[in-house]
Amino acid sequence: MSLTHQDVARIAQLARIEVTDAQVEATLAQLNNIFGLIEQMQAVDTTGIEPMAHPQDVSLRLRDDVVTETDHREAYQAVAPQVEKGLFLVPKVIE
Amino acid sequence: MIEATLKELSVQLANKDVSAVELATAYLARIDALNPALNALVTLDRERTLAAAAAADARRAAGDAHALTGVPLVHKDIFCQQGWKTGCGSKMLDNFVSPYSAHVVERCDAAGMVTLGRANMDEFAMGSSNENSFHGAVKNPWDTAAIPGGSSGGSAAAVAARLAPVATGTDTGGSIRQPASHCGITGIKPTYGVVSRFGMVAYASSLDQGGPLAQTAEDCALMLNVMAGFDKRDSTSVERAAEDYTRELDKPLAGLKVGLPREYFAEGLAPDVARVIEGAVAELKAQGAEVVEVSLPNTQLSIPAYYVIAPAEASANLSRFDGVRYGYRAPEYKDLVEMYEKTRAQGFGEEVKRRIMVGTYVLSHGYYDAYYLKAQKIRRLIANDFKAAFERCDVILGPVAPTAAFNIGEKSGDPVQMYLSDIYTLSVNLAGLPGMSVPAGFADNGRPIGLQIIGNYFSEAKMLNVAHRFQCATDWHRRAPAL
Repeated sequence: MSLTHQDVARIAQLARIEVTDAQVEATLAQLNNIFGLIEQMQAVDTTGIEPMAHPQDVSLRLRDDVVTETDHREAYQAVAPQVEKGLFLVPKVIE
Repeated sequence: MIEATLKELSVQLANKDVSAVELATAYLARIDALNPALNALVTLDRERTLAAAAAADARRAAGDAHALTGVPLVHKDIFCQQGWKTGCGSKMLDNFVSPYSAHVVERCDAAGMVTLGRANMDEFAMGSSNENSFHGAVKNPWDTAAIPGGSSGGSAAAVAARLAPVATGTDTGGSIRQPASHCGITGIKPTYGVVSRFGMVAYASSLDQGGPLAQTAEDCALMLNVMAGFDKRDSTSVERAAEDYTRELDKPLAGLKVGLPREYFAEGLAPDVARVIEGAVAELKAQGAEVVEVSLPNTQLSIPAYYVIAPAEASANLSRFDGVRYGYRAPEYKDLVEMYEKTRAQGFGEEVKRRIMVGTYVLSHGYYDAYYLKAQKIRRLIANDFKAAFERCDVILGPVAPTAAFNIGEKSGDPVQMYLSDIYTLSVNLAGLPGMSVPAGFADNGRPIGLQIIGNYFSEAKMLNVAHRFQCATDWHRRAPAL
């Protein structure tokens, strides 16, 4: 398998990471090297093997449906790039 | 006093031979003198440190001290710590002063331990050399041309240079064991789920596990007693009764069955590392341990499986860094999508971006089965290998890394070469088993080499027992770099 320039552009867009035209070539070469390593997996027969998502085969704990958190809005917004009147600000998305 | 172990400092504090303020002051002076050349610590806050030390002294005076009250430590910059900058080795979080503390930090604070500073690390714990840090590379205290290992490279270098008696670290693919090995100190990655991940900046959630780095196995046991414990805020924290990890330290090793996986001694292992590991095995045999050969046939596959699973989980975890709620935001953008794309392009370093892109691709439509699901099946095969091996032995021994620490810059241009050096550590994380590194000798070039001890699930006390008995008969852990 070998990725193309178009693949890199698509991955970058899905990952929301700007990759400039100047960076595409180097990124492509490095990703292809990494996938060269990853492709070793395809030679292994894994028929009938149950995928292991997690080291412990336990089910998720449930908790009572009650409020456990207290209000930390001020502390949490103190580290935000841009806030106003208790709201996080982003560029306008709806005209 | 700077050379003292955690255990010795605990006794000195209890006997009032030294105060917490005196200890903190002495360590801070040593940090001022040595850290500029090592770059092991990235954030200091003298006022906060001394206030914590004074509080520890007051607590000792009032008679309600924990064994480690007043003992200084450093935290890997991945653990959120209220009031301290928690940068995670990244420009993305370089302005992030955490509004809350990780469970591990809460536990250390509750014991009255004194934070000296925050340890450098590979950005978001992605790296095996500590060269991927926004703050620059950490130097190995044994040889400043060498890497200290990663990702907990600052933690390991700090303990090796005696800038702190103990440090916290995290291990997703070897990030406690490999730097401990390269820096000549002791470190343990517990069974997945023993130490809470709450407040630990997430890299690969099904693999990440916190643990201590210190001079000795006994110190690691004392520190694990503080760090371990059930936490309902971590959905994968295991609900088990609290353990005293020091309880088996002195147990004789007669009858212990140690397994040597033949794949760990095959091609690729440097002769000087093999010599050191064989010497360590001989020492344990002299103490009555019985050696059995075991096989972990899927070891080689741990590299591709890990470099699918970890990036996949990382790509999901790191999607939270969007320039909206915390961290870096690009200064210029024309709309929301461009704000995300520029913020992440500028805020993340090269290795982090590479892993996010690999992870994004393997999880994307049409590729999930071929990569992520396939890797999870191989993960099962690797876990099954260990299951079979542990039917024949109590612990598994082997090298931590194929060579002693390589030079700074030697592999930084070739990610794949760097990944291949993780061969002996990755499978332990994939299986979720505990693993540790114990100083066992030196390479031909004088750099330290660690012995890896891998245990069955929840057998930390047994592993620490083996390591402690080894350290009772050897003095590798007592050697310190000339600084």
